[in-house]
Amino acid sequence: MVSFPKEFKYSPTHEWAIKDPDNENIAIIGVTDYAQDHMGEIVYVELPEVGLKVAAGDEVCVLESVKTASDVFSPLSGKIVAINEDLEDAPGMVNTDPYQDGWLYKIEIKDEVEFDELLEAVDYQDSLVEDAD
Amino acid sequence: MSKRTVLFPEHKAAEGVMVGFAGWEMPLHYGSQSLEHLHVRKDAGMFDVSHMGVMDVSGKDSRAYLSELLANNINKLSKPGMGMYSCMLNEMGGILDDLIVYFVKEDFYRLVVNAATTQKDLTWMCGQTKNYAVNINLHSDLAIIAVQGPLAIEKTIAALGEKYAQPLSELKRFACIQIDDIFIARTGYTGENGLELIIPATKAIYYWRALLKQKALPIGLGARDTLRLEAGYNLYGNDMDEGVTPLESNLSWTVALEPHERNFIGRSALHTQSIQGVPSALIGIKLQGKGVLRHGQKIYHDDKEVGVVTSGTFSPSLQIAIGMARVAMPINKDYFVDIRGAKHALSIVALPFI
Repeated sequence: MVSFPKEFKYSPTHEWAIKDPDNENIAIIGVTDYAQDHMGEIVYVELPEVGLKVAAGDEVCVLESVKTASDVFSPLSGKIVAINEDLEDAPGMVNTDPYQDGWLYKIEIKDEVEFDELLEAVDYQDSLVEDAD
Repeated sequence: MSKRTVLFPEHKAAEGVMVGFAGWEMPLHYGSQSLEHLHVRKDAGMFDVSHMGVMDVSGKDSRAYLSELLANNINKLSKPGMGMYSCMLNEMGGILDDLIVYFVKEDFYRLVVNAATTQKDLTWMCGQTKNYAVNINLHSDLAIIAVQGPLAIEKTIAALGEKYAQPLSELKRFACIQIDDIFIARTGYTGENGLELIIPATKAIYYWRALLKQKALPIGLGARDTLRLEAGYNLYGNDMDEGVTPLESNLSWTVALEPHERNFIGRSALHTQSIQGVPSALIGIKLQGKGVLRHGQKIYHDDKEVGVVTSGTFSPSLQIAIGMARVAMPINKDYFVDIRGAKHALSIVALPFI
């Protein structure tokens, strides 16, 4: 059973965002449990460069599973300030722990409104039901 | 509307994720492609390959007809119960399909062809019959279950019964045997030991469940593809098609240019090519760094585009990115692959990978 923790915000393209507990201006980004479950075993993660400035909707990462390559779109605009380098040797953490150890990157939030407008867990979950139809 | 095999309800029951493949609705995986792959390598798995075409060629000219139709020499099958792999070519030597042909009994041969090419093959084969007294029958009343892995034969015997123990443990590679209503061949496309069971569609679920009881787990098309790639087997439509010959596709060993008198379709084109040399070759590759090789990625040598990845994946057994690539001749050493705009170094690997 895939999970959708309430404390996270979600994008329709299956990324999550949460404020960095140490810094209100920074968001941590990853992919949802639903996304990782659909991709299958992740075997390689291509992460962006630290310092890269991105707009919301830009392709920033690629997750490669045995089956296929999937793009990750940044749910927020801003500057990438950190990437999860542990994924280089342990890409499978995206599968086993998508909301914690499987995080992808941290971004300095450019526009707080973008963060606020991301979906709540319940709305994201509803959007998946519509997908299935 | 996609077609479904008779085993469709079993795939649903096993929570198979279904995808469209060559006009059929087939299981991609049943939860984990990697685990299914590894299970076949260490134990035994079963595949529903009922979408593949089974065609029987019968009549007094069957052998002469197949001798002209196939690039491999049908006369290698000296007695009933033998089978072999062959390509079927057009006049230019282009590969129409790859198949297995079994010599079942006098004037009776069975061909198993790819799902996507079945109708094309049938049309082509019927078009080549005019000098021969042969009948071609495409079956729609059969199912095929491939049981593959180191424990495949043992588990199949356990599922089918003691009567099968001796014949199946003595069955040679590529050989076939008919026991009651089951046609059994010691073939497969995974690089593992195993069997393919061609059975009446009405009995397919019964045998599937008997195998399941022996813990021959259902395996999807996803793992089938990574297994065959590790084994260095070509996938028709990806690694080869009508635009290339077997000599350009690592399949020279399946072409019998001797004896000279055997005038098969495509022979003169292959003869010319064997003298003049091939324009391209299919090679095994692996990625030196991290990442995954995929079908369609371009290959470079000295900044010049010289080829394309025809099959690529992340090998569950080896935990590296492997693939096959079609490259222009001559073959070089230093190839790079373009993955999303960045060049990554490749190594050439002798096939098979495992």
